[in-house]
Amino acid sequence: MLDFILNILATPAMLVGIMALVGLVLQGKPVEDVVRGTVKTIVGFLVLSAGAGFLTGGSLNAFGDLFNYAFNMQGVVPNNEAVVALALEEFGLATSYIMVIGLVLNVVLARFSDLNFIFLTGHHSLYMACMLAVVLSVGGLEGIPLYIAGGCLLAFVSAFSPWFLRNTMEKIVETDELGFGHFGGLGYWVSAQVGKLFKGSKSTEEIEFPQRLTFLRDTTVSIGLTMVVFFLVVTAIAVGKGILDVDPSLYPNLTDLLVAGETKIHWAVWAITKGLSFSGAIYIILSGVRLIVGEMVPAFKGIAEKLVPGAVPAIDCPVVYPYAPNAVLIGFLVSFLGGIVGLLVLGLMNNAGIAIAMILPGVVPHFFCGASAGVFGNAEGGLKGCVVGSFIHGLLITFLPAIVMPVFGNLGFANTTFSDADFSWMALVFGNIAGFVKGMPLLVVCVLVYLAPIALKLVSKKK
Amino acid sequence: MAVIRKIMCCCGSGLGSSMMVQLNVNSILKKLGKEGVTCEHTSLSEVNVNSADLFVVGKDIYPQLKDYPRIIVLDKIMSKVELEEKLKAAFEVEGDIIRIGVE
Repeated sequence: MLDFILNILATPAMLVGIMALVGLVLQGKPVEDVVRGTVKTIVGFLVLSAGAGFLTGGSLNAFGDLFNYAFNMQGVVPNNEAVVALALEEFGLATSYIMVIGLVLNVVLARFSDLNFIFLTGHHSLYMACMLAVVLSVGGLEGIPLYIAGGCLLAFVSAFSPWFLRNTMEKIVETDELGFGHFGGLGYWVSAQVGKLFKGSKSTEEIEFPQRLTFLRDTTVSIGLTMVVFFLVVTAIAVGKGILDVDPSLYPNLTDLLVAGETKIHWAVWAITKGLSFSGAIYIILSGVRLIVGEMVPAFKGIAEKLVPGAVPAIDCPVVYPYAPNAVLIGFLVSFLGGIVGLLVLGLMNNAGIAIAMILPGVVPHFFCGASAGVFGNAEGGLKGCVVGSFIHGLLITFLPAIVMPVFGNLGFANTTFSDADFSWMALVFGNIAGFVKGMPLLVVCVLVYLAPIALKLVSKKK
Repeated sequence: MAVIRKIMCCCGSGLGSSMMVQLNVNSILKKLGKEGVTCEHTSLSEVNVNSADLFVVGKDIYPQLKDYPRIIVLDKIMSKVELEEKLKAAFEVEGDIIRIGVE
């Protein structure tokens, strides 16, 4: 019997199911809702794993091999969904525990410190939990100390990120009862600070800007289009360098391109199919994530509101988009441009002999984070603030992930990585701390980081 | 099918903000005493005009759904006051064409 229970607690899909079950029971939901929610959460986790398999086997590994053949460098597509789906295979259990401990500790932090934000963007909590699981296990933590250390850091950043964005956020939404909960926080903060240099510039919303590009917000379309372009360019160059004549047994990921069947596939058709397969894999992964967070977040919100009535909910990034639809599109386009410029700079650095991963401009981070950076830049510095702020944001989310790659250990070779700025700076800071302070002292550091805001409030109260 | 039985909230990736709007819709439906009306959320990739009787989106998403006959467009997507006003208006119309918050 004990074996059976331990087995359930060690099977990630079952574990998240049990957590959903407990959350639903705590809310006093009727039996049919409890059953429905639990089953959907478990299925969500399994769908996510299926997406990960299709992603690596269907396109990502092939892309990595081709990129390496064509340029002799590591090409990386930054995409949270992709990297998390891969990392969950090894870190699923730690991620689940860190997420739940992090959510609970977030409520405590909102209650007892000045960081009174409840982070309600469940998919980002999941991704951050996963990132912390990776970085802290590279630092030698495992089991319960890993779960606690990760939970502390997740809770800290969940309240800290909306907190340092609160001033500009208040300008945008004209109320202090709404927080911004999206782990690109550092990028938006930078964009807002840059925007302040252009105070008084006229708002993006005073100009006419064609809204037809909003079709790119359909992620299936925009990921598909960009990945087709990436695949076509990289495959064309690899073909030019003679990949079609190499021994297929050297490249198992490229079998369907290299091995002639009854009708040999044309490389361009192959590239288009692969690019769209990438988009298909992300579609599957997102469906899984939606099933998981769709049950967890409403439960978390209900419980948190009861326990900390004065806390401010921090909401996913599109919450600011209706306030400045022009800034959304300008921010995306300019940030993407920044990503292309950044890629060229990384290429020059590689040519100069500095080996660094080539971070391709991932369309998802540039859309969602670039758009938000545009809105934040516009709020502080109008059109000029929006353009310059989101351009710098585009550079930031290109260089930060490139610098961060080494702290991810084996995951650093996965051809995909975390994209948004807060994942990068958290990984950079705590990954490097984990490089010096290993094991239990690392746990102590994480707990201290978590307790610091509470201690600060106690001290300021005494005065 | 003039009666509103199913409401669909939609955002870019169908993960965060549409779910928050869905929670708000549910609590307002309860407040208004509307029974037998369900509400779900989805992404721009999956949304379909036949999938619900009424759609709720932010102003930024509206250009992609502007042909939908029954739609509520929100200026401040987390404002419960605005949402309640517009939902009430939608239930008053309950016709084949409901366009609220559209300029």
